[in-house]
Amino acid sequence: MAVMKIKNVVLRSLFKKPATLLYPVVCREYPEKGKGHIAVDMSTCICCSICAKKCPADAIKVDRANKSWEISRMSCVQCGCCVDCCPKGSLTMENTYTQPDVSLTVDTFFKPEEEAPAEAAEK
Amino acid sequence: MYTKQNFINIEPADLFNRVQDMKAEGYRLVQICCTTLKSGFEVLYSFDLDGELVSLRLDMPANTEIDSISKIYWPAFIYENEMKDLFGLKIRHIELDFGGHFFRVAEETPWAPKTKAEVE
Amino acid sequence: MGKRTVIPFGPQHPVLPEPVHLDLVLDDEKVVDVIPSIGFVHRGLEKLVEIREYPEMVYVSERICGICSFGHGWGYSHAVEGLLNAEVPERAEYLRTIWHELSRIHSHLLWLGLLADGFGFESLFMHCWKLRETVLDLFEETTGGRVIFSVCRVGGVSRDMDKETLNKVVKTLRGMEKEIKELTDVFFEDYSVGNRLKGVGFITKEQAMELCAVGPVARGSGIRQDMRLSGPGIYNELGFEPIVFEEGDCWARCMVRIGELFQSIDLIEKAVEKIPEGDIIVPIKGVLPAGEAYMARLEQPRGEAIYYVRGQGTKFLERFRVRTPTCMNIPAMVKMLQGCDLADVPMMILTIDPCISCTER
Repeated sequence: MAVMKIKNVVLRSLFKKPATLLYPVVCREYPEKGKGHIAVDMSTCICCSICAKKCPADAIKVDRANKSWEISRMSCVQCGCCVDCCPKGSLTMENTYTQPDVSLTVDTFFKPEEEAPAEAAEK
Repeated sequence: MYTKQNFINIEPADLFNRVQDMKAEGYRLVQICCTTLKSGFEVLYSFDLDGELVSLRLDMPANTEIDSISKIYWPAFIYENEMKDLFGLKIRHIELDFGGHFFRVAEETPWAPKTKAEVE
Repeated sequence: MGKRTVIPFGPQHPVLPEPVHLDLVLDDEKVVDVIPSIGFVHRGLEKLVEIREYPEMVYVSERICGICSFGHGWGYSHAVEGLLNAEVPERAEYLRTIWHELSRIHSHLLWLGLLADGFGFESLFMHCWKLRETVLDLFEETTGGRVIFSVCRVGGVSRDMDKETLNKVVKTLRGMEKEIKELTDVFFEDYSVGNRLKGVGFITKEQAMELCAVGPVARGSGIRQDMRLSGPGIYNELGFEPIVFEEGDCWARCMVRIGELFQSIDLIEKAVEKIPEGDIIVPIKGVLPAGEAYMARLEQPRGEAIYYVRGQGTKFLERFRVRTPTCMNIPAMVKMLQGCDLADVPMMILTIDPCISCTER
């Protein structure tokens, strides 16, 4: 039975750099294949609303009349189900996380008009 | 890769004796599971002996009363209270009966089959 | 005989952040009886099968629990594949095994940390969790998620790992092995740890069988029971043999988990050596056969878990049931607690590795 068996580990860690990062001064690098947030390319979206139907968290809403696509960022669980089922490949999984926020965020994207492409993000 | 499924259909009245036989043969209780069917309930009692899974299947109308097996397998009280709380199954003589308060549910027996009047 | 007192333990308690409530009936310092009650966070996830088609249900089943999430996804997928009698590519089974074993390492390191925290060994807790972080980084690199991966699908897995990544996983784990060894030696040999764990929460092999204990609780009492011997995965090809300790106390259960840490690293290395080339997913279409049922069993880090699915002739399942290992270990815990000292109660609750969120799907 040893006493203070952990002393080597503890002493060694005194001289090592800390295991944590000084966030937000130092940010962690996002891995290449990370699941951060869903991005949509509205120029190819056909508003078929398959993604809205399949979403396990009911985070996506598609309005065919207004040609808009909206996602509730806080409800989204980053499962990637919509990315898999999108028939046009308009949805992609980006590796960066969404910014922290104090209120529930709903991002709405509109299908661009023929001449003037417009994209709006509303709170 | 897939294991053979052993489901044995039994009558509710035989349950206690069949489970007693299982215990004598050295089976271990694995789980009890209740499913709401159109005709009532399906209750599965699963047992394991050396990696072989055997399930006793009860098909019965919703208002049937069954005997608790917690006298034979004491750990069954968890599942029996669960079925009582969620499905409204009628079980007699549970060793550790929480009287419907094992799960704290907002509405009583949320998974019980709905009667015609309730659906309408 | 002293005066009997009832002490409520939980649902909020510093030693266990999960909502389990125990009424401890005390005779002076000795616990004479325990009445467990759960159900504070019952979410009814099983009921979601009625509105989610079976390919999407895998995401829901993964989110039953944060620690054993991959296993839940795999168990569900395996049960549905069994119902449809589908052929899953071998490479997918290998990848699933690798991720599942990685989850086991992460879960056991988390648990070792919690145990250390439970008996007041803060620095040991911090070092265990520091090591666990490396495993989480591996997850993020290979699957994209740190805790919940969403890579398991009905019919295979959605992400592949190339040779380079696989070798990196093994290399990182082998690099960690020395550090894990140093920490587990503390559990093995340290005087104060031994005092808190040895001879505490003793259950015999017969009692464990009687109480239908599963997982490390059963294996710590000398029962050779592990679903990896018969369940899904490629464990038979890897020459798997469960780790069994005979002592039956908290220390033995701790040693089982420590043994499994190193065993998992070995299993992953063997799987990486043997992994075949090929597809990782087969498309699975069609409806689930009506009235047919399949019951799958899987060894989670905490023990045997059951996944029962029943089809009804549509794309929706009639019933999906998960029986989690904690559910089966609560009776064992109750028996362990009877007759122990009040100060040892946290140790016994922790050594069954309770996961209440799992239990209350």
